[in-house]
Amino acid sequence: MATQTSAKSGSFLDNLGKIYGLYTGGFFAFVILLAILEQLGMDRKLIGYGFVFLTLAVYAIIGILSRTMQAGEYYVAGRSVPAFYNGMATGSDWMSAASFIGMAGNLYLQGYDGLAFVLGWTGGYVLVAILIAPFLRKFGAYTVPDFFSERYGGGLARFLAVIVLIVCSFTYVVAQIRGTGLIAQQFLDMDYNVAVYVGLGGILLCSMLGGMKAVTWTQVAQYIVLIIAYLTPVIILSAKKFSIPVPQLTYGSAIEQITALEQSMLKAGLADPKTLKAHATPFLVRDQLNYFLLILCLMVGTASLPHILMRYFTTPSVKDARRSVAWSLFFIFLLYFTAPAYAAFAKLEVYTLINKKVAIADLAKEANWLFTYGKYGLVKICGANATGVDAVVAACQKIAGHGGFLRHQDLAIHADSIVLSPPEIAKLPYVITGLVAAGGLAAALSTADGLLLAIANALSHDLYYKMIAPNSSTSTRLILARILLLVVAVAAAWCATWFPPDILILVSWAFSLAAAGIFPALVLGVWWKGATTVGAVLGMIAGFSVTGAYMVGTHWYKWPLWFGISNLSAGFFGLVVGFATIFVVSLFTKKPSEAVQAIDATRRPRGDAIIKDKDAEVAH
Amino acid sequence: MAEKGDRYWARTSALMWTMLILWVFFSFVIHMFVDKLNTIKFLGFPLGFYMAAQGSLIAFVVMLFIFAFRQEKIDRDEGEAEDA
Repeated sequence: MATQTSAKSGSFLDNLGKIYGLYTGGFFAFVILLAILEQLGMDRKLIGYGFVFLTLAVYAIIGILSRTMQAGEYYVAGRSVPAFYNGMATGSDWMSAASFIGMAGNLYLQGYDGLAFVLGWTGGYVLVAILIAPFLRKFGAYTVPDFFSERYGGGLARFLAVIVLIVCSFTYVVAQIRGTGLIAQQFLDMDYNVAVYVGLGGILLCSMLGGMKAVTWTQVAQYIVLIIAYLTPVIILSAKKFSIPVPQLTYGSAIEQITALEQSMLKAGLADPKTLKAHATPFLVRDQLNYFLLILCLMVGTASLPHILMRYFTTPSVKDARRSVAWSLFFIFLLYFTAPAYAAFAKLEVYTLINKKVAIADLAKEANWLFTYGKYGLVKICGANATGVDAVVAACQKIAGHGGFLRHQDLAIHADSIVLSPPEIAKLPYVITGLVAAGGLAAALSTADGLLLAIANALSHDLYYKMIAPNSSTSTRLILARILLLVVAVAAAWCATWFPPDILILVSWAFSLAAAGIFPALVLGVWWKGATTVGAVLGMIAGFSVTGAYMVGTHWYKWPLWFGISNLSAGFFGLVVGFATIFVVSLFTKKPSEAVQAIDATRRPRGDAIIKDKDAEVAH
Repeated sequence: MAEKGDRYWARTSALMWTMLILWVFFSFVIHMFVDKLNTIKFLGFPLGFYMAAQGSLIAFVVMLFIFAFRQEKIDRDEGEAEDA
């Protein structure tokens, strides 16, 4: 393996450990420098700008250094990314603004039931590893639709895969650009619409010149920033409150205290038994059926999202693709098994506050952070934005029978403020808040990059090169790929400013659509020789339409729920219909013999790739 | 050749099914008993909550590393390993 990498691109790949080690050290030094400057009286706003622009500049430099005009490097990073680093890149490709900012808040609001997201967004990688990734790597494709075309003999299967890919990735990317804009708005005090385009500039700098190669190496850098930013505040908080700097262990006793506080709040009449949802008690927000179906949809969706699957095209071998999935999950796990600690610590703080029976008028003294977030519209007390003490006192007086004390049902905290809260709760310096902003930005940018690249590649490689102009030259294709990247990015940014959507709904729809449209045909394509072209094509159409119709119908046209299954798990119906259609139709249609030969070769790691690459840069 | 290929695929499939069953267990089955498990304390956590928040996640990570090494062994045993 060493010969393979060193022969191709020399010193960079040989020195990855040194380079990223230095980078990590440099980032820590930068944080410490800003912390010192803050103590010396540097303006908070400058600290925010420092974090955002310095990290953006580093990503841009990596992007520019990785520029390329070779198809193999542009589409699959020259198939030279070691398993460990591809794991990191996948981690940041995967973890979006929703994971970084939204997840902990969701767990705060939903308690046990929110863990469906934690389980769903990790367990899917088991499916990726055992069912899909190694085989796609062996196949030697540039894009996921490449596989569909080759396995199911032709343009129609490829075209359908392109459609599903674009619909689900575009929905997802709009949510990311919106996340980037929101972070830039809050920390740089920019106008939201301007902020969206600033974020867009950052995204394009990373991916335009170097395609997958550039995105890979910036994503590794972004993972390092995002994981440091996520772990640091909560580790400090855990050390301060429980004197053990391992939040993942200490939040167990936080949960014990929360359960006790819940009881005493109820006893003291400080909480309404109808609205207080016990943190550790299951199935209060969603019933058991919906809990498990949501987990299933998120997992299968994970295993179907093209921007994740294409990351495993970049490893040097099939063996590395498998190891790489394991590393990906490990790096993702580091964030996800920490998220519930954020939720528990914030809840402990809030419940302790309520149990003190604080007069509303004294809230500024007892918990000023409520008003810090109230100014952004993230905290409401008695239904009024917590902009100041007078406003909330007035609002609470209007409630009949209100005793003037803060009660559980008076306080509404927006999910997004939970990850931002530890610096405020533990009274940490502002530099930590800036660090969290840089992490959130890294999460949103890296995911947006992966998604935009998946869309632009499907358009330039699958639609243009494979279906419209098969004789076009490499340079024409690569220039077109960049133009398309720009067009798609601007379109997504325009959507993000024009139609501010609900991030969580958008994201879960993207998962359901990918699961319904792609998963059955993909898995059966590898694991069942009997799956035929007609079966796959009809299965994709049926699965995708059923799920799409159920989402649109139940969300906008007041359709009654089928079997009480919520809109979030719409992918379930598509999965069932998709698998059933492919199975039944395949039994009645004739299978092409050459496809079966291709499957045999796909299943064995040894031997040449199935798709022969004309450009030859990719062949080892 | 064909026979060797079959044995390779049989072992590969068997490993896949084993992992898939473990996946079903840690994704769904264990969480069906959350109420029972919650009566047990583990590191201060109710065990049912712990399994969904950390236990199953740790199981997934460990499973994937074991899977990678097992499959590599099958590749080597059956002469299907890639040239290094």
